[in-house]
Amino acid sequence: MSAIIQVKNLSKSYWRNSLEIPVLHDISLDVQEGEFLALMGPSGSGKTTLLNLIAGIDRPTNGEVTVAGTNIAELGESALAKWRSSNVGFVFQFYNLIPVLTAFENVELPLLLTKLSKSERRKHVEATLNIVGLGDRMSHYPKQLSGGQEQRVAIARAIVTDPVILVADEPTGDLDRKSAEEVLTLIDRLNKEFKKTIMMVTHDPHAAEKASRKLHLDKGDLV
Amino acid sequence: MKVFKLIFRNAMRHKLRTSLTILGITIAIIAFGLLRTVVTIWDSTVDATMANRLVTRQSVSFIFPLPFSYKDKIESIDGVKNVSGAAWFQGVYKDKSNFFARVAVDDNYFEVYPELVLSKQEFENYKKQRNACVVGSQIAKQYNFKIGDQIVLDGDIFPGRWEFEVRGIYQPKNKNTDATQMLFHIDYLNERMKEETPARANQVMWYMVQIKDPNRSAQISNQIDALFKNSTAETKTETEKAFTQGFVSASGAIITAMNWMSFMIIGIILLVVANTMIMSARERTREYAVFKTLGFSALHLTGLILGESMLIACLGGGIGLALTFPIVSGFEQAMPKGFFPFFFIEPITIVLAVTATLLVGFLSAIFPIQRALGTKIVDGFRFVG
Repeated sequence: MSAIIQVKNLSKSYWRNSLEIPVLHDISLDVQEGEFLALMGPSGSGKTTLLNLIAGIDRPTNGEVTVAGTNIAELGESALAKWRSSNVGFVFQFYNLIPVLTAFENVELPLLLTKLSKSERRKHVEATLNIVGLGDRMSHYPKQLSGGQEQRVAIARAIVTDPVILVADEPTGDLDRKSAEEVLTLIDRLNKEFKKTIMMVTHDPHAAEKASRKLHLDKGDLV
Repeated sequence: MKVFKLIFRNAMRHKLRTSLTILGITIAIIAFGLLRTVVTIWDSTVDATMANRLVTRQSVSFIFPLPFSYKDKIESIDGVKNVSGAAWFQGVYKDKSNFFARVAVDDNYFEVYPELVLSKQEFENYKKQRNACVVGSQIAKQYNFKIGDQIVLDGDIFPGRWEFEVRGIYQPKNKNTDATQMLFHIDYLNERMKEETPARANQVMWYMVQIKDPNRSAQISNQIDALFKNSTAETKTETEKAFTQGFVSASGAIITAMNWMSFMIIGIILLVVANTMIMSARERTREYAVFKTLGFSALHLTGLILGESMLIACLGGGIGLALTFPIVSGFEQAMPKGFFPFFFIEPITIVLAVTATLLVGFLSAIFPIQRALGTKIVDGFRFVG
């Protein structure tokens, strides 16, 4: 297996007025293709920041992030947006579905940026919603779904473009135990059955058990 | 799915808020259209004047008369084509609220005013009858005047009962030609004055002077006034446009205020729509972060926000513009008959209303777009609305 994600000497600081607040210190790590990595650590340890930097939704202060051969720190805003649309799938703790769109339309959103025809988009969306077990809920709006179902729609939206990596930030953090288990099983299936490379931030040791590797962050350092 | 569907659903997310905003724009556009119509009608009165017509009146005031004898003297000036005397009659037709201009004129008045189109036969009939009158098509329609009808006026400036017979109905040549006048023979007026008030006989209130070359208007005006200098009735001659502007300027302050108000209304509604859009954009900060995360570009977000703003503005503007027509018509009906010689929505009013609507839609989106594009994705996800 080759490293699909390479992080080298990555640092990130935030600034509050003239005060520098370091969040990550000189992080280096490799993630192999098909790996399921769990990032753990206490609140404020920099897990989400590291995930955001790898996913290209934040910029590092120093260091490099290379995903599938592309050093994303070198990309401009527009190129980075385009890169994200075809390389990264996101799953958030609070689902972040668009409330005025149905499950079908939410999943279809990323495909609107592709050159797929309407019928091709429909095919992709239906197949993906079937994978997450919501083939019968396509026309439901988010408010008509349970939390677990919403998260599964969010997962469908994340994988519909067949991204290189899937990043998940506390995907079970807002779910009850049963729903959380269903979501974890689904993520695990995406890794094992569909060979997706997954990086998941979690507080939950039980959720982390599903991962093939666990990394711990503390105060911005890998431990 | 389709961007328009998303824009529409976003706009309808808060139905009450959006409906009230649309209602606000609708009312603003109606008010704008109504005010602009009144303002442009005023301006049209001036625009309807002809460059080759001068008005000669007493230099002291328009209300003081000029003698008949001036006519021949003015006609003798080189460059003068026609001179037609006229006297403001006023009077009351049935009720004081039935207002329309009643003017005693020389027979050549229709030569000086070619935009008052009267058929040859009707003109001949008019000339033959001492108490004949010609009415404009608009008041003919309003009061159901037909050829042969009797019109009885109760005189005020010229007291007594005055009977007229309709012998012609003139048509306006242009849209802004006054079709609300009643014109009759000045000789008819003069004969009664000779009998009843001789001191007021053989007088006109003003002369309309048609000249051959509009470029010589200043020169001919000076020549006319020079003719009567140091007489008992000195004259003031000016172009018809200047004369009309003199009337209109009396209402100038009101018109200027209406003009400003019409644009202030647009300014206010801009703030209302901008406020709606700012609230919407603020509520959707996380959603915009999601869109950006999924790879939607600045152009996409701009399209979504601008589209929503334009949709709300255009819905309000469209409904407002559509309602402006019946409301302007209703306003005209509610005014005393003949108060405005003509009343219609000028194309420029429609253009201005459409421009204002588009401008409101566009400007209202600027701040929300700036905010949506300027917020980093990570900050967007941290936002708590």
